[in-house]
Amino acid sequence: MVEVKNFVQGETGEWEVIIGLEVHAQVASQSKLFSGASAKFGGEPNSQVSLVDAGMPGMLPVINQYCVEQAVRTGLALGAEINLVSIFDRKNYFYPDLPQGYQISQYSDPIVGRGDLLVEVDSGYTRKIGITRLHLEQDAGKSMHDQHPNKTFVDLNRSGIALMEIVTEPDLRSAEEAGAFMAKLRAILRYVGTCDGNMEEGSMRCDANVSVRRPGEPYGTRCEIKNLNSIRFLMRAIDYESGRQVRLIEAGGSIDQETRLFNPDLGETKSMRSKEDSHDYRYFPDPDLLPLRLDSDWVAGLRERLPELPDAKAERFVKHYELTEYDAGVLTSETERATYFEEVAKGRDSKQVANWVIGELLGRLNREGISIERSKVGAAGFGKLLDLISQGVVSNSLAKKVLDEMFSTGEEAAVIVERKGFSQVSDEKQIEKYVQKVLDENLEKVEEFKNGKDKLLGFFVGQVMKLTGGKANPQMVNKILRDLLSK
Amino acid sequence: MGAKNSLAGLTVVEIRDGLRNGDFTVGELVDDHIHAAERAKNLNGYITETPDLAKDMASKSDDKISRQELGSLEGVPVAVKDLFCTKGIRTTAASKILDNFVPTYESRVTENLWGAGAVLMGKANMDEFAMGSSNITSAYGPAINPWKRESDGDDLAPGGSSGGSAALVSAGVVPVAIGTDTGGSIRQPAAFCGVVGVKPTYGRCSRWGTIAFASSLDQAGPITRSVHDAAIVLEAMSGHDRRDTTSVDRPVPQFEKFLSQSIKGLKVGIPKEYLSDSLPTEINKLWGDGGQWFKESGAELVDISLPHTKYALPSYYIVAPAEASSNLARYDGVKYGMRVSDKSLEQQYSKTRGSGFGPEVKRRIMIGTYVLSAGYYDAYYIHAQKVRRLILEDFNSAFKKVDIILTPTTPNESFGLRDKLDDPVAMYLNDIFTVPASMAGLPAISVPCGLSGTGLPLGLQLIGPAFEESRLFQFGEKLERAAEFSKQPSSYVG
Repeated sequence: MVEVKNFVQGETGEWEVIIGLEVHAQVASQSKLFSGASAKFGGEPNSQVSLVDAGMPGMLPVINQYCVEQAVRTGLALGAEINLVSIFDRKNYFYPDLPQGYQISQYSDPIVGRGDLLVEVDSGYTRKIGITRLHLEQDAGKSMHDQHPNKTFVDLNRSGIALMEIVTEPDLRSAEEAGAFMAKLRAILRYVGTCDGNMEEGSMRCDANVSVRRPGEPYGTRCEIKNLNSIRFLMRAIDYESGRQVRLIEAGGSIDQETRLFNPDLGETKSMRSKEDSHDYRYFPDPDLLPLRLDSDWVAGLRERLPELPDAKAERFVKHYELTEYDAGVLTSETERATYFEEVAKGRDSKQVANWVIGELLGRLNREGISIERSKVGAAGFGKLLDLISQGVVSNSLAKKVLDEMFSTGEEAAVIVERKGFSQVSDEKQIEKYVQKVLDENLEKVEEFKNGKDKLLGFFVGQVMKLTGGKANPQMVNKILRDLLSK
Repeated sequence: MGAKNSLAGLTVVEIRDGLRNGDFTVGELVDDHIHAAERAKNLNGYITETPDLAKDMASKSDDKISRQELGSLEGVPVAVKDLFCTKGIRTTAASKILDNFVPTYESRVTENLWGAGAVLMGKANMDEFAMGSSNITSAYGPAINPWKRESDGDDLAPGGSSGGSAALVSAGVVPVAIGTDTGGSIRQPAAFCGVVGVKPTYGRCSRWGTIAFASSLDQAGPITRSVHDAAIVLEAMSGHDRRDTTSVDRPVPQFEKFLSQSIKGLKVGIPKEYLSDSLPTEINKLWGDGGQWFKESGAELVDISLPHTKYALPSYYIVAPAEASSNLARYDGVKYGMRVSDKSLEQQYSKTRGSGFGPEVKRRIMIGTYVLSAGYYDAYYIHAQKVRRLILEDFNSAFKKVDIILTPTTPNESFGLRDKLDDPVAMYLNDIFTVPASMAGLPAISVPCGLSGTGLPLGLQLIGPAFEESRLFQFGEKLERAAEFSKQPSSYVG
C-alpha cells in the first residue's frame, strides 16, 4: 500500500483533513431489536408499534436473537473481534419520539470490537481504515412537525428498530475516501445480507467527525456532522466543513467542538448545538437485560457460513476469469452484479462478458437508475445475445442496438435480430457484389489506395457497412476488399 | 367490628376446604369480602375497588367448581397492589401522573393468579411508585394500619410500600394481597401489620406488566395471614416468563410440601451485624425468642458474620434511585397519563412531571440522576454495584455454614402517620434489615412473632439461599407455630 497524502491547500499552506465516521445501519430483520413488532418500512404511522416500543408501564425488552446474529456476521465480515460478552446500556435523554426516555444501546462493552476495512479509492490507491467497534442499539421514533400548525406528531414505527452503529478510527483523509469507505461498507453489508444499504429509506445513514490540522501536527478540534443520508451529501458536507475550518483557522479563529447539520440545498453545514449543550446521557447497564453471552462455537459456525466477500471475490475473478483488477473490482462491488457476471460467463469468453457487462449493460442501467436485479435483460438472455455475436449472426455494433431493444422491452435477442433483419450477411457472393459496387463508385480513391494510401481501407469498409446497414460480416468485408483491391 | 358469620377472615386453606366441601359458594365468599371492604373504608386500603368484576369472576369460579375444575386459588379473593397492570382496570402506581391510566394488558403475576382461580377484589394502596416505608407518599392518601397503640388511638403507618396490601390482609378484608418488594416493601408492612409477607428470589416471579421501580431489585410476593397461605399463593404466582429475561427458568417447587418438614439438626444463622445498641430491647428479645423456638424444634443456632451489612442500605439508596430515575423517564406526558400542556416542550415536561410526581419520587429521581451523572457514576453507581457483589458473597459464604438466617424484620414497630416526615434518612432506616437480602436477590419472609410494649405487632425475618423459598416455609411454619401470634387488630372486620 502506498502512503497517499491528501492535503488541501489553504491560503497559508497545506492542511490535512481528518475524518472518522459513525455509520448507522439498520439490521435487515423482520422484527425489532427488543419487541416482536414489524420492522418494515413505510407502514401507516404508529401501525407497527408494540407495547414495548411505546414505552408502556411494566413492559420489558427481550433481545431478538436474529439481530444479534446479524451483528456478529457483520463483525466477522469486517474481520473484527467478536466479544463473547457484551452489555446493553441505557442512554438517558428526554425526547417525544423516545418513548422510554432512554435508548437501549451498547456503551462500554459492544458486541463487536476492532476490525479493518480495505478501501479502494477511485483515484487509484487503497487505504486500510480501522473499525473501532460495532454495537447494537434501538432506533427512536420520528417527530413530525408538518402535520399541524402548532403541534408535533410522533410516529413510533421506527421506535425499537435494530441498528448497528459502526464506528471508524479517524483514518479517512478526504471526502473521496469517506465516500469510497461508505460504498465499500455498504457492499459488504449487502453481501452478508445484514443491511439492505438503502440510504433513501434511511436504512443506512452516517455522522461524520471532521477536523483539520497542519500535516504532522496533533489532531485539531472536531465537529460532528449529523445524519447524512447519502454518500453524495456525506462528501459534500466533508468538503464544505473542512473548507470552513481551514478558512476559519487561517483567519485567526478557532474551532469550537460542536454538532452541525448539513443543509443539502445550501451545501453548507450549520451549528446545531455546542459541546456545552451536549447531553449527559447517564449511561448505565440496562437492568432489564442480562449481559449478552455468545457461544464461541456458534460464532465459529457463523464465520464458516459467511458468504464470499468482495475482496476475496475480486481476487478470484482476476485469477479465474483473467480480468483486470479494475474490472474485477467493478463486477464485485455488488453481490448481484458478481452473480450476474458469473452466470453469463459460464461457458463463454469471460473477458468479452466483462466488457459487455461493464461497458454496455452497467452503462445503460446507470443511465436509467435501475439495479441489475431489476434489469429486464436477465443473465440468460444477455448470454444469448453474446452468443449471437460470437456465432457471427450479428455484428458487435448491431448487437448494441439489439441490447437497447432488449433493455426496454425485455424481448429475446434472437427475436429482435429476426424482426429487424439484423442478421449478418456472410454470403461471399453477396458481399462481393456490395464491395464491387463501392469500388466502382470510388475509382479515384481506389487509385489512391493502389498508390500506397493504405488507410483508405477503413473508408471502403465503412462504405460497405453503410451500404449493408451494418449487416455485412466485417471480417469477410475486409478479406474481400483486400482481394479485389490487389487485383 | 367483625360481622357475625361473615366469610371474610377465612384463610386460603379454610376457603379451599370450604369450597371443596360445598360449605359456601364463591359468590357468597366474594359478597362477604365486598361487605368487609365497606366496613374497612376508613383504612383507605384500596385505590380502586372492583366489586362488579369480582362478582363476575366469582360466578365463573362457581361454574368451574360445579364442573370439579378447581384451581389452586379457586375463588380466593385477592387484593393487588396498584403497581401491577390489570387489563381494563385503572392502574395508578399511587401517582397522580398515572391517575387516568388503564392498561390494555395484564401483568404476568396477576394473569397467573386468575389462571389459578383467584378473584380480584381491588387495587391496593401503596407508596407512590413503591417509594416509601409508610404509605404516606400515596397520591390517594395513606392506607392506615388496622393496629393502634393501646395507649392512644392515633392512626399508625401500615408500612410501605405495600402498605395497603398489608393493611387489607391484616384487617381481614382479604385473605391474600399481592405486593412488590424492592428493599423491604412486602416484609416491612407485613411486620407492621402483623401478617406474613414473602419476597421470593429475584427472578422467581415475572416482572412483566409490573410497573418498575428498581428493575434489578423488584420482586412480587404474597401477603397473607399464615405461612401456609403464603406457600400456596407464591407457588401460583411464580414461574418463568419469556417476556422477562431476568425471570429464571427453573421448576417451581410445591411449597406446601415443605411446611411440615422437620428442622431437626438444621442450622440457623444469627448475624451479629444486625445487632446494634439502637435496637430496641424488646425487638432484640423477640429475636432471641425466635432462636430459642428453633432450638426447641431441634435446630442449632450458629453465630455468623455478614461483614458488609452496614454498606447495604447506603448502596441500596444509590442503585434503586439510579434505576428509578431512568425507569420513570417514560412518564413524560407524551403518550399516556397526565399531561400539563405547554407550547414549549421543555416546559411541558417540567410542568407535567413537576405536578405529576410527589416529593419522595422527585427526591429519588434527583438522587438517581445525580449518581449516574458523568464524573459521579464511578464513585457512586459502580461502587455500589461492587458493594452489592460483596454483600452477596457474604451471604454465599454464610450459607455454606447455615441453612437459613434469622433476623428481626424491622428495627422498630409501626409509627404515627405524621412521624418521620421531615427526615427521609430516618424513614430509609426502616429498611435496614430487609435491604441486604434485596441487594443479594435472596428470598426472605417476615413472620409476625409478637407484640411490642405498646401492643403493636413485631416480625422476624428469615433469609434463605437463592431459590430456596421452600426453606422459608419450612422454618417459617415452625416460627409461626411457636410464636402463637393470634391477636387481631382493633380495626379487624373479618
